[in-house]
Amino acid sequence: MAEVGSVVRVAGPVVVAEGLPRARLYDVVYVGPLQLIGEVIRLQGDLVTVQVYENTSGLQVGDPLVESGAPLEVELGPGLLGSIFDGVQRPLPAMACSAADPFGQPFVRRGGQTALPALDRQRVWEFEPKVQPGQAVAAGDVLGVVMETAHLAHRVLVPPRRAGTVTQVRAGRVTVEEPVVWLDGEPLTLLQRWPVRQRRPFVRKLDPTEPLITGQRAIDMLFPLARGGSAIIPGGFGTGKTVAQQTIAKWADADIIVYIGCGERGNELTDVLEEFPALVDPRTNQPLMQRTILIANTSNMPVAAREASIYTGITIAEYYRDQGYHVALMADSTSRWGEALREVSGRLEEMPGEEGFPAYLPTRLAEFYERAGRVECLGSDDRIGSVSIIGAVSPPGGDFSEPITQHSLRIAGTFWALDTDLARRRHFPAIHWTRSYTLYRLGGWFNRQVAADWEDHREWALALLQRETDLLEIVQLVGADALAPAERAILLTGRLVREDFLQQSAFDDVDAFCPLSKQYHMLAVIRHFHEVVNRALRRGASIEQIAGLRCLAQIARMRLWDPAEAAAQAQALRAAIEEEVSHL
Amino acid sequence: MSSLSQPVSVSSSTAQPALPGRDRPSLVTIEYRTLTHITGPLLFVERVQGVGYDEIVDVLLPTGEVRRGQVLEVNRDRAVVQVFAGTRGLGLEDTRVRFRGEVMRLGVGLDMLGRTLSGSGLPIDGGPPITAQEWRDINGLPINPVARDHPSEFIQTGISAIDGLNTLVRGQKLPIFSGFGLPANELAAQIAAQARVRGAEEEAEGAVSQEFAVVFAALGITYREASFFRRHFEESGALERSVLFLNLADDPTIERLLTPRAALTTAEFLAFDQGMHVLVIMTDMTNYCEALREVSSAREEVPGRRGYPGYMYTDLATLYERAGRIRGRPGSVTQLIILSMPDDDITHPIPDLTGYITEGQIVLSRDLHRRGIRPPIDVLPSLSRLMNAGIGPGKTREDHRSVADQLYAFYAQGRDLRRLVAIVGEAALSREDQRYLAFAGRFEQEFIHQGDANRSVEETLDLAWKLLAAFPIAEMKRIKPELIRRYLPSLPAQEEEED
Repeated sequence: MAEVGSVVRVAGPVVVAEGLPRARLYDVVYVGPLQLIGEVIRLQGDLVTVQVYENTSGLQVGDPLVESGAPLEVELGPGLLGSIFDGVQRPLPAMACSAADPFGQPFVRRGGQTALPALDRQRVWEFEPKVQPGQAVAAGDVLGVVMETAHLAHRVLVPPRRAGTVTQVRAGRVTVEEPVVWLDGEPLTLLQRWPVRQRRPFVRKLDPTEPLITGQRAIDMLFPLARGGSAIIPGGFGTGKTVAQQTIAKWADADIIVYIGCGERGNELTDVLEEFPALVDPRTNQPLMQRTILIANTSNMPVAAREASIYTGITIAEYYRDQGYHVALMADSTSRWGEALREVSGRLEEMPGEEGFPAYLPTRLAEFYERAGRVECLGSDDRIGSVSIIGAVSPPGGDFSEPITQHSLRIAGTFWALDTDLARRRHFPAIHWTRSYTLYRLGGWFNRQVAADWEDHREWALALLQRETDLLEIVQLVGADALAPAERAILLTGRLVREDFLQQSAFDDVDAFCPLSKQYHMLAVIRHFHEVVNRALRRGASIEQIAGLRCLAQIARMRLWDPAEAAAQAQALRAAIEEEVSHL
Repeated sequence: MSSLSQPVSVSSSTAQPALPGRDRPSLVTIEYRTLTHITGPLLFVERVQGVGYDEIVDVLLPTGEVRRGQVLEVNRDRAVVQVFAGTRGLGLEDTRVRFRGEVMRLGVGLDMLGRTLSGSGLPIDGGPPITAQEWRDINGLPINPVARDHPSEFIQTGISAIDGLNTLVRGQKLPIFSGFGLPANELAAQIAAQARVRGAEEEAEGAVSQEFAVVFAALGITYREASFFRRHFEESGALERSVLFLNLADDPTIERLLTPRAALTTAEFLAFDQGMHVLVIMTDMTNYCEALREVSSAREEVPGRRGYPGYMYTDLATLYERAGRIRGRPGSVTQLIILSMPDDDITHPIPDLTGYITEGQIVLSRDLHRRGIRPPIDVLPSLSRLMNAGIGPGKTREDHRSVADQLYAFYAQGRDLRRLVAIVGEAALSREDQRYLAFAGRFEQEFIHQGDANRSVEETLDLAWKLLAAFPIAEMKRIKPELIRRYLPSLPAQEEEED
């Protein structure tokens, strides 16, 4: 029996009600005649405070409030891939659809949508069991497999905290609600549920030792992110956070991408929606959309659902991790999520901390980022899966000293600092080379997998860029003429590293994705150039002569190399450099 | 008697639905005399019943004057009401409050075109009342991201700094970050007069103008500024295709919170129901944000940065996100938003939050303005996020993207060197550096500066190539060699470098 309470106060997305003595924190309730979805966020005497995920316009004192008796949950099962949901997992395409017209209802209306389930109830899947009657299974064991896409085997698992003996199995065509396996007589379906605010269990966390390859030179070469790690990308507006996120979503070597558009622009999601189905995942030759799940809660959609969207996304990510997949989750932007917390906190009249944010902001951020990780999954087959989190941060005024950037920095392992000044010169990605860092030690992996001196090259590049920065400060004061030739050579090479290596066009067909071997060869050529030039300078060549070398134009076009020919091209270019410099 | 309170909702009980989700007849009008306090723009009314959040309110003065308000909070039997026309002259004893049982609605219709309305949507041009085809909640509803169509139609504004480097497309929201005394209004008016979509429109000039409309929202600007726009619309023949919403500097501050919503509701109707391409000009959003802060502080809310409320981002987003296109519908809403950066500070919360929502920004520079560059657009901090979708072969020209990138790179380099020159003098620069420096000067004088000229995008790009020709080809790292071969005019400077 659902209890019915009544509303006593309405202020924006916050509603206070009474008459629900059995309400539990974070339970879902339905508010008012439109049955708006809300979540209990405070209990005080007989008063229940609810944050409502939809606009509360028109809600009155005395309106009914119905308990659902369950916390906010997501539906998990085959059919998630390629979907697009709002912050509380309502299917946006189904909401836009009216009768025959797929976009007949272009505006998100309130209420009445509880009837639209996240997973399609009609769709039929081919279930291939992996267990037999009489077999004992424990939480996390694979009961069977459904081919969710042509390339992804969706493993149907024994839900956490469940175990028993298989008593019956059903193979073949089923919908998500039909039972496929019976455990001690109790039916299990493809569809499972999980409360979003609770992390899904695993056996143990493993150290992050392998990188998440993104094909972006500034990231993979200088500041790589580990699989199961977390990264933040803070930057003022126009510094390319969203382009960076979308580029990684396109090219990262993950099995699944969960992309959360949290309080951002509607048109950016349209971008993803139009582009991803047309792009092909180079690893599977399938449309990229088939490995992607979008959670879209744009800035003008209700603020409380924005707060929930982050949890909806990470729970779905964990679900695929538990199947033994590598998941990369993009949250764009965590600042909007933090602001949603602040807005709700303000309406609750809580004592504010820094800049009006609630005092529990750091705790919430830490809880979210710590849901990343490379883990040994539940189940007897020692599967390993990972969730990597990449969170964009939108600091007010581009000033990184604000609370969300600072608190995220304490937790995240990789920091890609986007710089307004670089963006204004159209240096993209605008990842600043002296401010950014990574705490993951992945050099060993790269040395083994790509080239034995990968890490050596990386250190060389970082040191050179640091030295160049110092020298540029001097140049600003006294001009370049005051520098010694060797120092001017550093300026020259530094510029090559910045302009011809770190800059990378996300919109160029060839340059958008740069495989590791090509990254390595490009940097190695620049380093070779630097060494050759230094030798020439010692022989008495002038810096002006070197600045006029024709091979510089070839270096600038390395980015357009066909990846398959990178090694040969690099070798030819090294020879050309030596040849041309030898004539000086 | 104030005209503010009445006509928008003359037909309250018949034509308009009641609060969403209920069929309570809105004829029930109890008048409350239970005011307990008045502070700033807010009234607190006690012992009320059946009052809805966001509901609109009539505040009746003993003089017979009626002012409009809106419920900001209901708490048991107490309601907090914000009065749009201000609380001056209200007393606790003799003021009566009537709750109307409906949220703020605007009657929209095609006969709004050519009309001048107050900031809350009432005719102030002496004409007849608007015949409402439909009553709409002025807060609108968020567009489902799935139903959005990606804006990709190039709008030629005739201004090189915009067309060449920060291209505007239909359905975009692009603000102009201005400063007090900078010619943002002139720029907006010039864009409104010159803007055209190429191709289809050029063939059928007459038929096309039928589907074009301007919605203008004046937010706390002066009479002089408003009449400047009016005159401009008149001269360019756009006035009969325009709807003007005027909340001027001496109009009630709180009404300013309604004005952009009324304007956008009208724009959505014209665009998505009537199939028009609507250009919405809103000026000056800074005044809007001040009104927002005023209400927030009267409510004693916890302030965010510089006293602006923490929800300002969300509030602004509910306005700006009402731009766009919808799949399967012909029209579009394009927003041109003008805001003044207090003290020219781009990190001030108003431009900052705006920049995080809008699809780019056009930044005006006081330095360029002083040097007589018109329009004084600083292209380095300016940006159009939808540019890539609107340019390229078939839309503008194949070399557009790379030419723009190359101009940026050279100009940024030249601007940097200016700082150095101030210290070490021009003579200390190398030959290459002097070339950058000279380029930056010519770029500002010839490319950015154009006065009243209306340049086609081809003229803009050709002009760019003329300026780029000062550099040796090896320096043009952003442009593919085949494009350089095709478009670079062969000038003496080039040949000399090639030798």
